[in-house]
Amino acid sequence: MSSAATAAGAAVQVPFDEAVTRYEPVIGIETHVELGTAAKMFCGCPTLFGTEPNSAVCPVCLGLPGSLPVINKAAIEYTITIGLALNCSIASWCRFARKNYFYPDMPKNYQISQYDEPLCTDGWLDVEIGDQVVRVGIERVHLEEDTGKSLHVGGATGRIHGADYSLVDYNRAGIPLVEVVTKPIPGTGALAPVVARAYVTELRDLLRALGVSDVRMEQGSLRCDVNTSIAPGGAAQWGTRTETKNVNSLRSVERAVRSEIERQAGVLDAGGRVVQETRHFHEDTGRTTPGRSKEEAQDYRYFPEPDLVPVAPAPEWVRRIAAGLPELPAARRARLRAEWGLSVLDMTALVNAGALDLVAETVAAGASPEQARNWWLTELSRRANEAGLELGALAVSTEQVARICALVDSGELNNKLARQVLDGVLAGEGSPDEVVAARGLAVVTDSAVLAAAVDDAIAANPDVAAKIRDGKIAAAGALVGAVMRATGGQADAASVRELILARCGADSR
Amino acid sequence: MPAGNELTILTAARTAGLIAAGEVSAVEVAKAHLDRIAVTDVHVRAFLHVAPDSALAAARAVDEQRAAGQPLGPLAGVPLALKDVFTTVDMPTTCGSKILAGWQPPYDATLTGRLRAAGVVILGKSNMDEFAMGSSTENSAFGPSRNPWDLGRVPGGSSGGSAAAVAAYQAPLGIGTDTGGSIRQPAAVCGLVGVKPTYGGSSRYGLVAFASSLDTPGPLARTVLDAALLHEAISGHDPLDSTSLDAPVPRVVAAARNPDVAGLRIGVVTELSGEGYASGVLTRFHEAVELLESLGAKITEVSCPHFDYALPAYYLIAPSECSSNLARFDAMRYGLRVGDDGSASAEEVMSLTREAGFGAEVKRRIMLGTYALSSGYYDAYYGKAQQVRTLIIRDFAAAFEQADVLISPTTPTTAFGIGERADDPMAMYLADLCTIPSNLAGNASMSVPCGLAPQDGLPVGLQIMAPVLADDRLYRVGAAVEAVLDQRRGHPLLTQARGLDSAAGDTGEAGR
Repeated sequence: MSSAATAAGAAVQVPFDEAVTRYEPVIGIETHVELGTAAKMFCGCPTLFGTEPNSAVCPVCLGLPGSLPVINKAAIEYTITIGLALNCSIASWCRFARKNYFYPDMPKNYQISQYDEPLCTDGWLDVEIGDQVVRVGIERVHLEEDTGKSLHVGGATGRIHGADYSLVDYNRAGIPLVEVVTKPIPGTGALAPVVARAYVTELRDLLRALGVSDVRMEQGSLRCDVNTSIAPGGAAQWGTRTETKNVNSLRSVERAVRSEIERQAGVLDAGGRVVQETRHFHEDTGRTTPGRSKEEAQDYRYFPEPDLVPVAPAPEWVRRIAAGLPELPAARRARLRAEWGLSVLDMTALVNAGALDLVAETVAAGASPEQARNWWLTELSRRANEAGLELGALAVSTEQVARICALVDSGELNNKLARQVLDGVLAGEGSPDEVVAARGLAVVTDSAVLAAAVDDAIAANPDVAAKIRDGKIAAAGALVGAVMRATGGQADAASVRELILARCGADSR
Repeated sequence: MPAGNELTILTAARTAGLIAAGEVSAVEVAKAHLDRIAVTDVHVRAFLHVAPDSALAAARAVDEQRAAGQPLGPLAGVPLALKDVFTTVDMPTTCGSKILAGWQPPYDATLTGRLRAAGVVILGKSNMDEFAMGSSTENSAFGPSRNPWDLGRVPGGSSGGSAAAVAAYQAPLGIGTDTGGSIRQPAAVCGLVGVKPTYGGSSRYGLVAFASSLDTPGPLARTVLDAALLHEAISGHDPLDSTSLDAPVPRVVAAARNPDVAGLRIGVVTELSGEGYASGVLTRFHEAVELLESLGAKITEVSCPHFDYALPAYYLIAPSECSSNLARFDAMRYGLRVGDDGSASAEEVMSLTREAGFGAEVKRRIMLGTYALSSGYYDAYYGKAQQVRTLIIRDFAAAFEQADVLISPTTPTTAFGIGERADDPMAMYLADLCTIPSNLAGNASMSVPCGLAPQDGLPVGLQIMAPVLADDRLYRVGAAVEAVLDQRRGHPLLTQARGLDSAAGDTGEAGR
């Protein structure tokens, strides 16, 4: 280890806010996405998650001697779909390559990947940060096969070094994996961690909208490596970058960038140099620790995969895929924002609350945008918070929310009753209508019943009635309250008020 | 009905005919060959694994099929030696390597399956240079096979086991693989017909890879027609092999039955002759050229200037691919495991296993290939070799505008002695000088016997090369040469092989 690196090890972190006043960060993100094709990349084995270890394997994905790969056309189609959605050029001819390195979870000790001839190149993805848009350049989108999964048993770190023994599950080996690589993203300053997170979020939502992956970071079907470098403000050259792995949640993406900026600033402040290396992010501490350094990096000896023929997507096929692209998240957000008449910040709040799809579905089920938004952002958000659930995990469907809105609209429920209906639905008592019926929550509309209640209230409060007759209409409130109490809150307050005024001979206006 | 000994000298075509006619049973044929193996293989050592039970079961199935009145294929009941590089569910597959000793694959190669479906009786797995790297079978971890013409000489390689078996009448048919000449060179030095079909003409699925872009399975036989029958049986598109051609199989059997070269334009390749070629080889080669001319062929001389660079290009491309293909032999999932004492890391076990499990030639090529592909050297070595490959393809294209087929000697020399070149890799590599261009270009190529070299009385092969998917032309020309030479001689060439004469009654001395 060099003396500079030793000095770096002893350096203290510089607080983020200070670091970004003196250093300019450049970030880059490599995202691996497991495609949701039915079969693996080069054989017919299913792509199942969580099945019995080594049950979804065959000679091909086990790399047995003599076996040969055959390209899954669906994986090519999915990759082109992603490339088109990221505004990339689609190669008219490209090849797979072998990436050679030894590792026990690699069945062939080479990975079939793409090297200098990726399927998709040179695109972009717009990322919204508040009312600001950052255009993230996409360097390439390529297709490769996933490796098996090692489980290192024993030892302190759960990594291969120090483990007593290791188990390998090859179910994952050969699952099609797309790698999306950004161009370097400079100029984001203090927003770099937020941009990194927003990019991965936007990419995740895009991939979900395309239906090409289940994009579950916690299950590893979407994995990120985050590259970070910093250089003194105004410097002509970018700094040396590190690659942070094991970044397994959106929150971690943001924290990893933040932590690396703080650490690298400390190294540079102490007169050290940043070592080009792979680092591991730790969820518990929020810090990174060094992994493999560039000095011991592998020579992958890439060469064109001789077991496969080149891929040459027909232009007509690419056009058909392009024509079949669904509405992408950014376009959808813009459309809904216009349709619903929301400000950018209102929309951001909706997106950040994870309520966009729920509101859209509730509106589609007949509710007004205003009602739907109110219900999801207030009453339902509160209940989700109390229960510690995601909004979408609440035991109420968007159709049921829309039905409650409709019952309020028609005057059959008032807001207080509607909340009780929601309670019933969440408690599993059935649909809104069933809850209304079972709990007897309908607004009292029977005029005879109401009239009797009003007469009772006037009779019981002659002095108030007298004031109303004298023109003090505001005094009616006290009688409305009495009627509401008498009807158990199930009357419509506005109707009650009009009825009282009429009985007292006063004009409501 | 022919007796046991007589059954082993029959051609495959004749054997199949007798079985189909009910004059002999497939079981009798299988037994005759198993007996022949039992007597002769202590000398020839053609087989790594003999499988009497499964062979007799396959033969019995053919007999039952016939008894039930079901139609039989043109090779039903014919015994065969299968190179130990193809996976077989009922036999080990070792590739002549310690690292795979005893490995029992869980699946059949496509070619294995096609042989079984055709009713071919697989007698066992034949010896080979380790992972098909070599020209003599001396690189087999299990010892060399011997040439039935002279047990002190090599049978060629890497498919030397299959060639020795066919030349020793242990089987009328053999399957080999040809990456740089590994079918044609053993055929030439054993006096057999050997064919490297067009690349992609026969499936590689289940063929343990040496160099993926070059490996080609093909037939070894004692006659051109037999080779054609086997060629057709193993050919055709395989969806499990992406490099398999989705094209009609060339009509090779029909061509073998039509030995007519009148008017055919035959090009003699200038670069594959002259200095470095044994005079006996050149004598027989020139006679073959005259013979073809006498049959009405139009002989021209064609130049393929880049063929001089074929050998060096091959020794960059093939090792590069092999360095990657053989990476999977790491002791983690199957095969040999060395050094797993509970304290060694996975990396250490991989390293110890590969050190102990691979032979010297395999290690040499893995290192060559690793170097050629490494960062900073790729363009100068692998990249440049691929450019040479393109030039060779162009040489062939230009030559095939002037000629329908090209011819040359198959090998510069006749069979060399065991041990003679074992310590001189360059001398060994030169055995494939004439055969390598067709591997690099992927076109079809055959070796057919054209007599014995006057100096040593050993077989000489005539190489015939045809364009991609014009495999039928090989058979037309090969059958014509064979017919005339057999007629002049009055008997098949192989009856002159005397290597086993002394051994036949004296099992245990000769050949050890």
